Amino acid sequence: MIELVSEERCISCNICVKVCPTNVFDKGEDGVPVIARQSDCQTCFICEVYCPADALYVSPYAEQTVEVNEQELADKGVLGSWRAIIGWGPGRTKIAAIDTTPFIDRILPPRTIRPQGVSEVLRGGS
Amino acid sequence: MSDSAERQLTADVLVIGGGPAGAWAAWSAATNGAKVVLVDKGYLGSSGATAPGGTNLLYLPPDKEMREQAVASRMKQGGYLAEPAWIHRVLDQVYTNLELIEKWGYPFVRDENGTPMRDHLHGPEYMAIMRKVVKRAGVKVLDQSPALELLVDEFGVGGARGVSRQDDLTWEVRANAVVIATGGCAFLSNGLGCNVLTGDGYLMAGEVGVELSGMEFTRKYAPSPAFGSNTRSRLLGWATYYDSDGNEIVGGRQGDFLAEALLKGPVYAIMNKADTPEKQAFLRKSHAIFFLPYDRAGIDVFTEPFPLTLRYEGTVRGTGGIRIVDDDCSTTVGGLFAAGDAATRERITGSASGGGAFNASWAICSGTWAGKGAAAHALSHRQSAATRDLKPAGRYGLGGVASSFENVVPSQELIKEIQDQVLPLTINYFRTEQGLKQALHRLDNVWNRVNSQTPQNVREQVRARETAAMAATARWMYTAALSRKETRSGGLHGLAEYPGQDEEQQHRLLVSGLEEVSVRTEQVPVSGVAVTAVAATSEEVQAG
Ligand SMILES: Cc1cc2nc3c(=O)[nH]c(=O)nc-3n(C[C@H](O)[C@H](O)[C@H](O)COP(=O)(O)OP(=O)(O)OC[C@H]3O[C@@H](n4cnc5c(N)ncnc54)[C@H](O)[C@@H]3O)c2cc1C
Ligand code: SF4
Ligand code: SF4
Repeated sequence: MIELVSEERCISCNICVKVCPTNVFDKGEDGVPVIARQSDCQTCFICEVYCPADALYVSPYAEQTVEVNEQELADKGVLGSWRAIIGWGPGRTKIAAIDTTPFIDRILPPRTIRPQGVSEVLRGGS
Repeated sequence: MSDSAERQLTADVLVIGGGPAGAWAAWSAATNGAKVVLVDKGYLGSSGATAPGGTNLLYLPPDKEMREQAVASRMKQGGYLAEPAWIHRVLDQVYTNLELIEKWGYPFVRDENGTPMRDHLHGPEYMAIMRKVVKRAGVKVLDQSPALELLVDEFGVGGARGVSRQDDLTWEVRANAVVIATGGCAFLSNGLGCNVLTGDGYLMAGEVGVELSGMEFTRKYAPSPAFGSNTRSRLLGWATYYDSDGNEIVGGRQGDFLAEALLKGPVYAIMNKADTPEKQAFLRKSHAIFFLPYDRAGIDVFTEPFPLTLRYEGTVRGTGGIRIVDDDCSTTVGGLFAAGDAATRERITGSASGGGAFNASWAICSGTWAGKGAAAHALSHRQSAATRDLKPAGRYGLGGVASSFENVVPSQELIKEIQDQVLPLTINYFRTEQGLKQALHRLDNVWNRVNSQTPQNVREQVRARETAAMAATARWMYTAALSRKETRSGGLHGLAEYPGQDEEQQHRLLVSGLEEVSVRTEQVPVSGVAVTAVAATSEEVQAG
C-alpha cells in the first residue's frame, strides 16, 4: 500500500495523481499530493515508476498499513528503486531492452510441478 | 444520473477502457478513419491487468506445421470449445501487431542470430508506447473517467455516460459505435493491477440485452505473496513448496495441491531451484515484479521461505465474457463491440485459461478487429449520434432509489457479501452443486439490494455501480457453473459430483438477464473459412 509522498523530494508535477489507476491521491494545497484514499490502493507500484523525483514509497503489504521511515528508505536506496529497475529516467537502460524472459526455458529446473486451475506457475498457456 | 451531462462530446467511436484491448481498438478505429474518444476509469498507460507487470504473448513464425500443431494442442486443452480458424487468425494478427510495437519503439531483445524475441512485453513500457500511439492517431483520451452506463435507442447503442472523478463532473459521449474493453472482473481481490476490473462492461452489456458466454470457466486463482499483491507468478516454477513444519509439499492429484495445501494451513515457498547466482540474476531480469514485494519485505527468496496465498482472478485469467458474434467482435446489439477480457475468449481458448500468452494476444487482436469494425459501423451510419434520441440504459447500482432511509445499504457491506461467496477456495475452487447453489442464493439476496445503495459523491457513485456489476457477474458465473454438469479439460470448471468430461456437453453456455438469469446452450460454430488478419496499412508500418 502507498505509504509515503516525500515532501522533501516531490516536485509537485501531479503525475502520480493522474496515473494512479484507483485514484488514491488528491492534489495538495501546497503542491504535494496527499494520500486521500489509502484503502483504495491496489499495491500496483506503478506510481513509483512514473514519479520523476523518487518521492513515493509503496510498501509490499497490500492489506495493512505500516509505519515507514523516510530517512531509512532513502539510506537503503529503496526510494526510486522500482523506477530504476524498470529503467525509466535519464541515462538508464530499460528493462525491456535487457529482458531475459524469451530465453527463460534455457534455465528451467529439471522437474517442475505445475498445478492446474492456478495461473502462471510455469507456462500458463503457451 | 441527472438528465444532461456537464461535459458532452460526439465522436464516431467510443472506446470504454484503456488497457491493451482498448488502446488497440482506439488506434485501429482512428487509423480506419473514425473520430475516436477513449475513456478509462484510471489512466491509459498505467491501468488494468497488463500495465504494472507485463505479459507473455503468442509469437509463432508463420510456419504452417508449427502453427497447426499449436492449434491442435490448444483445441484439446480447451475441451474442443475453441475454433481453429479463430486461433489461426489470432496467431496471424498478433504476429503483425508485435512487429508494429517494435516499430513504435519497443526495444525487443534479440537472440544470438539477431532474431527479435517478440514474445514478452513489460507492462509499463508497452502501455506507455500504446498511449503515445493512440494519442498520435488523434484519439481524444479521457483519463479518470469511468463509464457508468450505455446510451441506447431502437437502433442500438449510441454512446455512454460516466463521471470524471477528479473534476467531479458527469460526461456523455455520443458515438454510433461503442467498444467495451473494460477488462475482466476480479472482485477486488487485490491481484496485481486488477482492482479496477469489476465487471462494469458486463453489466453495461447485460443491461442492453447482450448475452455472456463461458462464465462457468472462472475457476481461476493465482499464487501471490500472502501479504502482497503480485500475482505474476510464473517464476514459482523455480520454487519448492513447504508446509509450516518445513515438509515439502509435492504436486499431487490433478494439480490441485496448492489449493489443497492452503486449506490445511499456511504454504511457503523457496526459490531454491534457481540454485546459482547466474540463474538468480537471470530471473531478476525477466519478471522483475516478482521480486519487488519480497525484496521490500526483507526476504531473500532464494534461501528463505516466503508465505503464499491464492488470489481469485475471476474472468481476468478465467475465460468468460461478452458474447461476440462476428469476425469484427460485434455483439448481438447494433453498434456494440467487445474486446479483450471484456469479451469471451472461448473462441481461442475454449474451456482453458488464456493466461500465459493467449489472453494478451487476444487483447491485441480483438482490439484491432473491434476498432476496425466499430469504425466501419459508425461511418456507415446515416445519422450523427448527436441527433439520435438516445436514453441511458443503466438500471442497477446507480443510486437514488432506496425506498426509505432504513433500507440504505453501504456498498462496502454488499462487496463483502459478494466476496464471501466468490473468493473462498471452498466454494469457487472446489466447486460442488450444493455449495454453488447456496452461494447463488446468497448472491441473489445481494442483488435484491444493489439498488438500495445511495452514493453521496463521485467515488461512492463509482463504487455502487462496481458493486452492482460484481453482483451481476457473480450470479452469471455460478448460474453457468451449475448448468455445466461435468468437469471439462483446462481446469477452469468442474463440479465434484461430475468428475469427468461429458461429450454431450461439448457446447457453450450463454447466460443473460439481470432480474432472472437464464442459460441456453450454443453449438461451437464450425467455421471452415479461414479468416484473414487485418493488414497494417503501409503508412503505419513505415511510421515507426
Ligand atoms: C498478473 C497478471 C499477469 C498476466 N500475465 C499474462 C501473460 O503472461 N500472458 C497473457 O496472455 N495474459 C496474461 N494476463 C492477462 C492479461 O493481462 C489480460 O488478458 C489483458 O490485460 C487484457 O487486456 P484488456 O485491455 O482487456 O484489460 P485490462 O488490461 O485489464 O484493461 C482494462 C481497462 O479498462 C478500464 N476500465 C474498467 N472499468 C471501466 C469503466 N467502467 N470505464 C472505463 N474504463 C474502465 C480499466 O481501468 C483498465 O484500464 C495476466 C494478467 C495478470 C493479472
Ligand atoms: S509524481 Fe512524484 S514528484 Fe510528481 S507530484 Fe507525485 S510524488 Fe510529487
Ligand atoms: S501503488 Fe498503484 S494503486 Fe497504489 S497509489 Fe500507487 S499507483 Fe495508486
